[in-house]
Amino acid sequence: MNVALAAPSYTAVGDCGVLVEFATEVSDAANDAVIALDRAIASARVAGVTEVVPAFVNLLVVFDPLVSDHAQVEAAVRSVAPAQVDSVDSVAAGRHHVVSVCYEDHFAPDLAAVAAATNLSVEAVINAHLAAEFRVAMYGFAPGYAYMSGVPAAIQVPRKSAPVRGIAADSVIIAGPQCLITTIDMPTGWSVIGRSATQVLRPDASDPFLFDVGDRVSFSRVDLAAFERLVAER
Amino acid sequence: MSTVARLGVSFAGPLVTFQDGGRFGGLRFGVPASGPMDRLAHAAANASIGNDPDATTIEVSRGGVVLDGVAGSVTLAVAGGGCIVDHRGTAEPGWTVLTIRAGERVSVRAGAWGSWSYVAIAGAPVVTRWLDHTATHSMSGLGGGALVAGQEIKVEGARVEPVRDGEIPVPDFARSTGRVRVVMGPQDQHFEDDAIAAFRSSPYRLTDAFDRMGVRLSGPPLPLREVLSIPSEPIVRGSIQVAGDGVPTVLLADHQTTGGYPKIATVVSADLDAFAQLRTGDVVEFEPIDAAAAVALARARADQVTEFLSMVASPGRTITHRLRAENLISGAVSGQSVPGTD
Repeated sequence: MNVALAAPSYTAVGDCGVLVEFATEVSDAANDAVIALDRAIASARVAGVTEVVPAFVNLLVVFDPLVSDHAQVEAAVRSVAPAQVDSVDSVAAGRHHVVSVCYEDHFAPDLAAVAAATNLSVEAVINAHLAAEFRVAMYGFAPGYAYMSGVPAAIQVPRKSAPVRGIAADSVIIAGPQCLITTIDMPTGWSVIGRSATQVLRPDASDPFLFDVGDRVSFSRVDLAAFERLVAER
Repeated sequence: MSTVARLGVSFAGPLVTFQDGGRFGGLRFGVPASGPMDRLAHAAANASIGNDPDATTIEVSRGGVVLDGVAGSVTLAVAGGGCIVDHRGTAEPGWTVLTIRAGERVSVRAGAWGSWSYVAIAGAPVVTRWLDHTATHSMSGLGGGALVAGQEIKVEGARVEPVRDGEIPVPDFARSTGRVRVVMGPQDQHFEDDAIAAFRSSPYRLTDAFDRMGVRLSGPPLPLREVLSIPSEPIVRGSIQVAGDGVPTVLLADHQTTGGYPKIATVVSADLDAFAQLRTGDVVEFEPIDAAAAVALARARADQVTEFLSMVASPGRTITHRLRAENLISGAVSGQSVPGTD
C-alpha cells in the first residue's frame, strides 16, 4: 500500500536537534514514514548524529553541536530520506512478539468498566484485545513505555479524568487506540485490563528493551497458575 | 598507593543520588540521559581530583548530606553552587578538595546560592549500574539510586592526594545571570502573539515544583491559539513545555522523553547548568537567539569548559594555579552581573 503524505517539515530544536514532522495528526501512514526514515538514518550513519527518537508523527534527530549543525543535519537527513514510503507491513515490518497476559480480576481493575462503557461482556473485551495485532509506534514518557497502536474500535475508551496512583509494573493498560505495558509503578489515567508475564523492560539484561519501534505485538491469554509460573521463570 | 576506603552515610536529604556523566542514547526507548543537573560542577569536582569528568559523584540537593569516614582515607572534591563544606571544625563556603580519614565527618550543605552540589571521590565507589551507567533516573530509581542514612559506600582504589587539597576556583559562568537564552519552538506557532511577546519580555519565577524532571515557572500565562492536543512527540533537556493552563515548565535531567504539550522554546545547553542551580523564587528572563547562534554558543562554551577543567585538573593546584585560575576566570565571561538571589 502506498501512502500519500505531504513533504515533511524540518524545525530546529534548541542547539542540538532537528524535528522532522510528517503530519499533525496520528495515522499509520505518518508513523510508517517516521519508521522508514528512522531506519534510513540509522543505516546511513549521518555524521554528528547521536540519537534518533521516533514518535507517532515526527522524529527528532539529535546531534552533537561540536560536530555538526542544524543545516548540515537537515541536508543529510533529506539526502537519505526514502523517496516513497510504503506501509510498515511491507517495508519496515519488524519482529512479531507474543506477550502473555493474565486478565484475572485483581490484575484488571478496570475491565468491568471498559465492558460497561462499550456495551460488551468482559469476555468479549478480552477476546477483542486478544484478536488484535498491535504495532509499536513509539517509546516515550518513561523507560520502556512502548506505545502500541491497534486497540479495536469496539473496546476503545477515553482516559480517566484523573490518574490513579500505584498501578503496578507490567500492567496492561489502554486508552483510545493505544495499548501499553507499564514498566514501573506509576500513576496512570489509562484503563488497567490485565497483567503481563512478559517484561518489556528487563533491568539486568544486556538487551533490556523487548521491542523495537515498528515491531508487531499480540497477546496470549494465560491463567493465574501459568502467569505465576512464567513470572517465577523470568 | 591504592586501597579500599569506606564511607558511611549518616544523613542524606531528599534527592541525594549517585550520578555519572549521563546515559546517552536511550531516548528512543523512553530513557533520558539523567546525569548531573549541573554538568559543569560535576565535571569540575571530578577533574580537580584527577578523575574522568564523567565519573560517578554524589549529587547533593539543598537537603544536604553527611558522610563519615568508616575505614581508610580518601580524597574528596565538593563543587556546585555556593555549597558549604564542614570538615574538622571548619565550615567554609566554596568548592574544595579535602581528605576524609576514618573517624572524621564531612557534611555538605547549601550555602548562599545554588541547588545542587557534587561530591567526587578519588577512587571507584561501588555503585549499582543500569545500562552501563550509575546515573540515577529519579522517577524509577534505576541506576545508582538515592543515598539513605545508614548506607555504607565502598570505595575501591581509594586515593589520598593531599597535593590537590584546597580551594577549587568557581568560574563566572557557573552562576546564572538570570538571563536564559532559548531557541524558539518547535511549537511556538501554536501560541497567541501576546503569549510569544509575554514569554520574550516578562520575568518568570521558579516555583517549588522543582525536581530532577524539571521546574514549573510562574509568570504571565502563555495561552494557545486553540485548545490543542498534539501527538506525543520527543522532548529534549531544556524543552519549555506549556500545559493547558498556560504555565510553562522547563524540563531537566530526568525529563520525560515525549510529551503532548506544545513547547514554546528550548533553553540552550550553555545556560542549562546555571539555570538548574537557581532556586525557588529566583527570576529569569528568556532571550531568544537563532539556532545558528545557539550552536556557536555551544562550541564557545565547550572551549571554555575544556580550558577550565584542564586548569582545575592540574595536580598541585596551589597558589600558582589559583593565580592562573583567576586570570582565566575573570577573562572568561565579561559584562554579566550576578543578581542577588538571597
